[in-house]
Amino acid sequence: MSRSHSTIADHCVGWTRNEAGDAKGPGQLDPGLSLSGHVANLPAVGEPAVVVEGLQKSFGSVHALRGIDLTVERGTVIGLLGPNGAGKTTAVRILTTLLKPTAGRATVLGHDVVRAPAAVRSVIGLAGQATALVEELTGRENLELIGRLHHLPKPQARERADKLLAQFDLVEAADRTTKTYSGGMQRRLDLAGSLVAEPQVLFLDEPTTGLDPRSRLGMWQVIRDLVRGGTTLLLTTQYLDEADELADEIVVIDRGLVIAAGTSDELKDRVGGDVVEVSLARPELAEPALSAVAAVGDAEVADEGRLLNVHVGNRGSELLLDVVRRLDTAGVEVSSLNLRRPSLDDVFLALTGHAAEETA
Amino acid sequence: MSATYAVSDTLVMTKRNLVVWSRVPAIIVFTIVQPTIFTLLFRYVFGGAIPVAIPGGYVNYLLPGIVGQTAAFASMGTAIALAAEVQKGVVDRLRAMPMARVAFLGGRLLADIVRMAFTVLIIVGVGYIVGFRFLNGVGPAIGMIGLAIALGSAMCLVSATIGLVLKNEESTQAFGLIWLFPLTFVSSAFVPVQTMPGWLQAFANNQPVTHVVNALRSLAIGLPMGDNLWLSCVWLAGIVIVFTPLAVRAYQRVS
Repeated sequence: MSRSHSTIADHCVGWTRNEAGDAKGPGQLDPGLSLSGHVANLPAVGEPAVVVEGLQKSFGSVHALRGIDLTVERGTVIGLLGPNGAGKTTAVRILTTLLKPTAGRATVLGHDVVRAPAAVRSVIGLAGQATALVEELTGRENLELIGRLHHLPKPQARERADKLLAQFDLVEAADRTTKTYSGGMQRRLDLAGSLVAEPQVLFLDEPTTGLDPRSRLGMWQVIRDLVRGGTTLLLTTQYLDEADELADEIVVIDRGLVIAAGTSDELKDRVGGDVVEVSLARPELAEPALSAVAAVGDAEVADEGRLLNVHVGNRGSELLLDVVRRLDTAGVEVSSLNLRRPSLDDVFLALTGHAAEETA
Repeated sequence: MSATYAVSDTLVMTKRNLVVWSRVPAIIVFTIVQPTIFTLLFRYVFGGAIPVAIPGGYVNYLLPGIVGQTAAFASMGTAIALAAEVQKGVVDRLRAMPMARVAFLGGRLLADIVRMAFTVLIIVGVGYIVGFRFLNGVGPAIGMIGLAIALGSAMCLVSATIGLVLKNEESTQAFGLIWLFPLTFVSSAFVPVQTMPGWLQAFANNQPVTHVVNALRSLAIGLPMGDNLWLSCVWLAGIVIVFTPLAVRAYQRVS
């Protein structure tokens, strides 16, 4: 389920909302904000967690990013959705200071990723498709190592490791080398690793790519719990259901450009909303059926009079009953009934003209 | 502050690499069993056919050569480990952390040098069992081990550059280390250079491993040093001066 939604900007302007969904004034103190460490560099409260302006990246003649704009408000989850090669990973690599952009600007909590990479690194966490665990080390050792490399003193690194192992249900496996872990466990540990230093902004690059369905669901649950704690999260995915499931706002990227942005519902509305599909018992019922539902929404008959499609916008569940009641009153015999909500696949197809899973 | 982190992060990474090393049986086999087999093979199988006129006979000729070869070959691990970590994306993750940048490369080199020193000592021990003896006193013996480690360290820098350029574990294993074979075998490590055809002598007499191995031998058993020590130092210093910036540059360019 996606969490509460607020406004949508059609072309990636910022969204300002907090848990309650209302705008945050510049003077309000964000209770989730950690004040330790970076007080001097702390950006004004209410400033977005991530701001991306006109970001471009070329590798020789390959234009991975052709000018994207993006804003992630604090405490929200943004899903960067796109097929392989769309530029998602490039965007994350720039935001996490691993790549320098060719043009444009990006800041994380007010720190410029090019001019102040060290400041950015001290406030972010990164986990993703390539698990960066040391296979020969145990789960606990991996987490402690990450803590040490974040300059936590030894006892504190150990304490964080213990806490995260418990939080991610890895206590039993803590002292086994991670080579023995299942794919799902490795991803969980990898994610735990990205949280060792309690980052204020977390980047997850395709967190479930390559996982079996059960591990995927487990990973979703872990991410959902994390987000409930108020972490600002930018995740990339090529799975439409994943973006639908986890993100407050979805930014669709294709061939280095943002082609749409909004909540999952808003994107679905763009391809025409819900459809009530009615299978008619006999083709000659098509005429009376059409006139019966005319008041509910646009309708058309397909499949040689055997199928009636009623377009009901985003009020599917509400109007489904209405459609049934009217057909019943008109004496139209119905053999089956289905409420079809457009998937993000439909959205992608409608926006790009090609299917989402296709490699660009 | 950041200098402190450079040192402490490098030590954290060194420890990490050494712990990994101690847990991978294959690496231990390659670094200890392989040179041991070489020692036994040349001592007992080929050695009888190689006449050398030095105190103690062929085993005293062989061991400094094996030590030099072992130190150079130990650098293979550097190339393979670096390529694998770049390939798996470990470097990326580390670079997104506040860890000092130098720690990745520094920790790798330091750990590999410790590992190499350990291997060299083991081989000297094996040498003692099969009849090798230091004949030139304790100081030169320590000097010999130090010079062998210096050779290995210089080779680690070359290997590091190759691993970071290839960025692929398999191709590093397959192609990245071939150069070590002519360098160690076409040298004075196992047989006197004079027994080679003239054109090969030209190479063997003018490459670093021969100079270093000759110097190791002189230090170990007290043969005249000649130009070998200073030529070794010049070669090794040259390699370090050329390959340190190349390795650092390759590391900066991996992403």
